[in-house]
Amino acid sequence: MNAPMEGYNFAYLDEATKRMLRRTILKAVAVPGHQIPFGAREMPLPYGWGTGGIQVTAAILGPADTLKVIDQGADDTTNAISIRRFFTRVAGVATTERTEDATIIQTRHRIPEAPLREDQVLVYQVPQPEPLSKLEPRRAETKRLHALADYGLMHVRLYEDIARLGHIAKAYDYPVMVNGRYLMSPSPIPAFDNPKMHRMAALQLFGAGREKRIYAIPPYTEVRSLDFEDHPFRPIRAPQACALCGSRESYLDEVITDDRGGRVFVCSDTDYCGTRVAARKGAA
Amino acid sequence: MYVAVKGGERAISAAHAWLDETRRGDPAVPELTVAQIEQQMGLAVDRVMAEGSCHDRFLAALAIKQAKGDLIEAAFLLRAYRTTLPRFGASEPLDTGAMRLRRRISATYKDLPGGQVLGPTFDYTHRLLDFALAAEGAPPAAAPEAETPVASTPRVTELLAREGLMQREPADPGEPGDLTRQPLAFPAPRDVRLQNLARGDEGFVLALGYSTQRGYGGNHPFVGEIRVGHVAVEFTPPELGFPIDIGEIGITECQMVNQFKGSRTEPPQFTRGYGLVFGHGERRAMSMALVDRALRSAELGEDVTAPAQDQEFVLYHSDNIEASGFVEHLKLPHYVDFQSELENLRTIRAALVREAMPEAAE
Amino acid sequence: MSMLTPGFADPVLDAQAAFRAVLDAMSRPGRLQNAGRGLTPPAPLAPAAAAVLLSLADAATPLWHDAGAEADGWLRFHAGAPVASAPQDAAFLLATGAPPAIAMLDAGIEEEPERGATLLIQVEALEEGNGLRLTGPGIEHEHRLLVRGLPEGFVAAWAANRALFPRGVDVILCAGDRLAALPRTVAIAEG
Repeated sequence: MNAPMEGYNFAYLDEATKRMLRRTILKAVAVPGHQIPFGAREMPLPYGWGTGGIQVTAAILGPADTLKVIDQGADDTTNAISIRRFFTRVAGVATTERTEDATIIQTRHRIPEAPLREDQVLVYQVPQPEPLSKLEPRRAETKRLHALADYGLMHVRLYEDIARLGHIAKAYDYPVMVNGRYLMSPSPIPAFDNPKMHRMAALQLFGAGREKRIYAIPPYTEVRSLDFEDHPFRPIRAPQACALCGSRESYLDEVITDDRGGRVFVCSDTDYCGTRVAARKGAA
Repeated sequence: MYVAVKGGERAISAAHAWLDETRRGDPAVPELTVAQIEQQMGLAVDRVMAEGSCHDRFLAALAIKQAKGDLIEAAFLLRAYRTTLPRFGASEPLDTGAMRLRRRISATYKDLPGGQVLGPTFDYTHRLLDFALAAEGAPPAAAPEAETPVASTPRVTELLAREGLMQREPADPGEPGDLTRQPLAFPAPRDVRLQNLARGDEGFVLALGYSTQRGYGGNHPFVGEIRVGHVAVEFTPPELGFPIDIGEIGITECQMVNQFKGSRTEPPQFTRGYGLVFGHGERRAMSMALVDRALRSAELGEDVTAPAQDQEFVLYHSDNIEASGFVEHLKLPHYVDFQSELENLRTIRAALVREAMPEAAE
Repeated sequence: MSMLTPGFADPVLDAQAAFRAVLDAMSRPGRLQNAGRGLTPPAPLAPAAAAVLLSLADAATPLWHDAGAEADGWLRFHAGAPVASAPQDAAFLLATGAPPAIAMLDAGIEEEPERGATLLIQVEALEEGNGLRLTGPGIEHEHRLLVRGLPEGFVAAWAANRALFPRGVDVILCAGDRLAALPRTVAIAEG
């Protein structure tokens, strides 16, 4: 561990703010999937760039932790680098790009391919925590709908997709029911990742800074993607193999290689892909 | 073979070095000092203090320099700094009636105690570019000073209230809410709404105020009074138990007088729209007063039909730090969600084609 | 007050460690965690309960407790939480003796279940492996938790609390420097 930045508290936030965040996180765990408003602070990174996830990470992080930060599944995307640098500066914690070495993984838009363990925490950056926001913009009203567990709006929306297109048109930020009670936004992860949330061994925490909401899924909790009996939920990935590691199971990015229709598909989870490539080299 | 691109960390460092270079501009041109910005870009400093929610001219000027003159970016820098400061408590209510005035005008009376004081204003200037300023000449001659010092200047709304014509506000509403510590909840109390508007984006609040004038939730406003100047800040430390003067801040206050029908229990009275902002910011204070009055519609029993009357719409969208962060976050990579959208679209289209031409798809 | 024993040796990092213990406990109901090792709060306050309060309670959280004047002075000085005049007004409660009835505590409202109180109960001993059978979120199959000195009627009162979900009270059982949490979601059956 390096010495944290002078003039700032460990992990940037003052202790009163951390206590407020910690109390909120604990209640979030006690009421799985329920969004809890919190007094989000103004962070030195812009709203919409991970300030909710950063505040959650700052509240739980300790000197014994090893932090991994990914954006779009990759450790070397610019915003992931920026957030990792921030925590190196203000908390001096160890960081890693290896999923298996991390105790806290802060993520934007993906869940790592490798199953997470009980001793890990996954922190999601959430742009819009309210799953009903596109259907009902007034928060006073959505709050009431959650209290009543009245999710008819969402069912109608998904049903209309099927009626019009034969499919549910949501491919990411696909709504889930948590512990059979709360409708929840999984953040804009691809629907492909939704099944990984179900009964995950790791604790999952969600932070939305601009919208000032925190929510959580405890380990081994039921997370069901909304669907219909005749239209069951289907996770989608590009039907190709990764051009680097050959995986046919992982979620793929499509990379345009020229202007004549050339494209390759590669794993979005860079650590998963790199580990597989290294193992293959080792075996060869 | 495809090779994944790396090197984000180096790219970020290089980009920031380039940013520093462009901030300085041509090194042959003398560097701006923070003092120059503070003195000569005073209204920009005022705007940054207001939207940055922190009354400190030096820090605001520094933020403007660091932000290359991008005032929203500067307000963001100031806000992020402000968050790290300890909070000692709430001050006593400011007594704007005892302001040291630079400017004070009323549109509702031709003359009034204390008089009309124009002060340093753009009003009545002819907006002709002054090429003499480009010559960087000697400082202008000192403005003439009034011979009689400004007498006591009671607030116009107070004069009306004494006659029973202006609705009184609660005398001691208690410690105000603070949305930097508690998230918004609806319906939001007026103290929190005012705090939100005082920090809100000037353009947004201006446009909303303007919309009320054009009939979207219209009331009929008169500028009862605008006053600009300095006011003492008093704070009561719990260990002392009595207020002490901790300094002076520059503010602009606007009180709009609006009509109100009255009800069976209350005789007809004027109602108030209130604006108070850091620094010299008349446009902001006036817009704030218009929107404050519009946001009182529900509690005054008026129909809520227009955007400016809709608490959630106004208060959730007024903050330019939140808004610019979220608008600009769209430039972050979204290729994972985009890819899932692509695959979904391809799947849906393929299914539709199969349905339309079953043989062709075989 | 002059003889006050110290609080956390490192207020920042010790608070973080205690919080993580509570977070782990709340995420995995019935699993034992350690907290407050090294703290010497005045009796009857035990290290784990003291650590939980130091890491979570402050001026924003009214606290009710039955631990007596000396513990009160210690908690006021190190945590600074205002005293709740009645158990139903408290955000945090600490029972070193018979706890107040769970049913009378603040369980939050349907729209804001997060307002439900957190009740710390100091018991004689906590052990994993047998005793109560716990199931629910955070538990893969079943956790067993042996509680010595569990208040009489607790299991029945808990069933009523759980039936309020999403409203409800969350409990943290503390013994010495050990703790285990019972979030409102957990189902408890006697072993």
